[in-house]
Amino acid sequence: MKLRLTTLALGAVMAAGPVMADLVFPSLSYRTGAYAANGIPFADGYEDYFTLLNERDGGIGGVPVRVIECETGYNTEKGVECYESTKGEGSLVYQPLSTGITYQLIPKATADGIPVHSMGYGRTSAKNGEVFRNIFNYPANYWDGASVAIKHLLEQNGGDLSGKKIALVYHNSAYGKEPIRTLEELGKKHGYELMLLPVDHPGQEQKSQWLQVRRERPDYVIMYGWGVMNSVAIQEAVNIRFPMENFIGIWWSGSENDVLPAGAGADGYKALTFHNLGDDYPLYDDLRKYVVDAGKAAGAGDQLGTALYNRGMYAAMLAAEAAKTAQEIHGTKDITPAMMRDGMEALVIDEAKMESLGLPNFGPEFAASCENHGGDGRGAVAQWDAEAGEWNMITDYIDTDQEVISALIEEDSSAYASENNITPGCD
Amino acid sequence: MIYREAGDFSSTYVEDSQTFPIKFDRYRYYLVLAVAFLVVPFVINDYWANAILLPFLIYAIAAIGLNILTGYCGQVSLGTGGFMAVGAYACYKLMTAFPDVNIFFHVILSGLITAGVGVLFGLPSLRIKGFYLAVATLAAQFFLVWLFNRVPWFYNYSASGQISAPERTLFGIEVTGPNTEAWATYLFCLVFLTGSAIIARNLTRGTLGRTWMAIRDMDIAAEIIGVNPLRAKLTAFAISSFFVGISGALFFAVYLGAVEVGEAFGIQKSFLVLFMVIIGGLGSIFGSFAGAAFLVLLPVVLKVVGADMLGWPTDIVAHLQLLIVGGLIITFLILEPHGLAQLWRVAKEKLRLWPFPH
Repeated sequence: MKLRLTTLALGAVMAAGPVMADLVFPSLSYRTGAYAANGIPFADGYEDYFTLLNERDGGIGGVPVRVIECETGYNTEKGVECYESTKGEGSLVYQPLSTGITYQLIPKATADGIPVHSMGYGRTSAKNGEVFRNIFNYPANYWDGASVAIKHLLEQNGGDLSGKKIALVYHNSAYGKEPIRTLEELGKKHGYELMLLPVDHPGQEQKSQWLQVRRERPDYVIMYGWGVMNSVAIQEAVNIRFPMENFIGIWWSGSENDVLPAGAGADGYKALTFHNLGDDYPLYDDLRKYVVDAGKAAGAGDQLGTALYNRGMYAAMLAAEAAKTAQEIHGTKDITPAMMRDGMEALVIDEAKMESLGLPNFGPEFAASCENHGGDGRGAVAQWDAEAGEWNMITDYIDTDQEVISALIEEDSSAYASENNITPGCD
Repeated sequence: MIYREAGDFSSTYVEDSQTFPIKFDRYRYYLVLAVAFLVVPFVINDYWANAILLPFLIYAIAAIGLNILTGYCGQVSLGTGGFMAVGAYACYKLMTAFPDVNIFFHVILSGLITAGVGVLFGLPSLRIKGFYLAVATLAAQFFLVWLFNRVPWFYNYSASGQISAPERTLFGIEVTGPNTEAWATYLFCLVFLTGSAIIARNLTRGTLGRTWMAIRDMDIAAEIIGVNPLRAKLTAFAISSFFVGISGALFFAVYLGAVEVGEAFGIQKSFLVLFMVIIGGLGSIFGSFAGAAFLVLLPVVLKVVGADMLGWPTDIVAHLQLLIVGGLIITFLILEPHGLAQLWRVAKEKLRLWPFPH
């Protein structure tokens, strides 16, 4: 049995150095179950980035980072267990990669004063930092995703979607239901007809949904899927010969694992993304040198450069940058979860910073603030090239319809505030 | 020698018919109660409450409920998850519709609502039994989950379809919501578990329990000696669902705080509770406790030993968990088909003769 080398290495570092607290970043991952195909690359990317910081820079601001991994299996009960078992270790920020667990953690983490970063998932209205003081979802959220998809379709149809029929194939859970309201509002604005096709967990059985697609012939299909549901949906779409370029997945339905099983048929499938793809970045040289070649990679070490690995790495990068910001604000290397929260709220990601990290042009520029915990919500569209086996960005970062989304966020977050007796504000 | 009844005479009927007629058993029971009520609340922390004790207490209530139906009355049910969902959604609707009413009564009311739903889905049991009844209750499971997913009224039209428990207090102390203290939630659930166990234990010892067992052992014979199968089966469904509903309400309101019906109350939940009942021991209240403890604790213990102490990769530990839990279930069923409760009974029998077995 292969012992986790990073743990050993960290143990050695900790044993050798003077008594110094470390920065704890729990990784609530899932490497088992119906969602493992998507959970593994994300967890690997998340952990590898912190391993790189430890190996190359000796941690963040000289303080070593400790990643505690806890297997949730995408299950909320296990997620709670993981949260409770790791919060006592001084965990700085939680990134559960599960909307269900995020909903679970929002009240708990707020009560415990620990920030949660649900990057591109979770409760969309957490963007309103005046209500959700401890919850962050920059750089983009589900409703932004819906808007980006519609904007892209608008662009393709010369700005007019009236009379078109758009189907939403979604995971029948809090996650999949999130965009419905936004798509309905946008439908009123742009005059398209929305058709809802829920898929129950885990999503291995979608014959009836795609039969309906075949019968009703929607012009476009938007998918909010996760785990095994993605690859099944894409395969079913190929089976009914649905034109792939009219099939758009949210960023959680856009990994290599989702399209590869459908082979050449998946060529032309589109997925959104809020960061860049591929492994053509200087940071990857360091990752290979310090982490992979040193045998310290998380998991099997074979996920480098995949879409979700990049996303996990991006999540870790944002967390590390927020920790750095927190260290600067509070003038101490040894930060607490409360300081981490301040760091996340003051986080600024610009091109110069990304370039200095070895990730030029990797993600959108954004700045978090108390009022805005969600960034600018810009996203781009990527298209799968089955022959080359890679994703290609086919658009620039698209600005979302903030007019519609802000109103919805305001409505949802104020409902939450009144339900939970929260007085919104930035004190 | 350690465990004996010599010199333990009962001189009245009351003494003779008490729950624990043997003194040693009785004192052990008092001791457990004293520890649970007087010691644990003072040493409990968030981790113990939320990761171990709350799930144990709540699953034990569900297991007691299912044990009444399956273990005592012999009606196989795969609808436990669905009935727990009824309890949870009833509790949610009550909590939000009547915020001034005490949460304690909401939980009880959720149990009663679930009992009603249980009777409704128990009606087919009058005509079908065995595997066919299992399939009928399976239909209840899928129907209920679908219903709570499909009809927005049940989740108050929230965008995500999630229900989350607002903050509610009991004697001024929060028992639901994020700001609860570990001991408060623990005691709240413990009171319900103790109450359920006492009620269930006494019901099963009385007329009602005997009619259930008669139906279980042979329904035609039971009918001939004058047991009304309609009454027996429907009361079993009602009372079983009542407990399951209470556990669902606590599961949602106190333990998780926010649930999504498909994820929290899916078919896995039905199987999990059924496994608890089978492993613990069909037709035994103690078995419900033992089964719940076994299936709640084992994964946590394996995780702590494997991932936290030995430092193995989390995915390997998770897979090992499945292997070990599955292996243990099979081992148990082969070695002791009557479950942990029977093991306990045998142990008591052995202790009684110890150290001079014959």
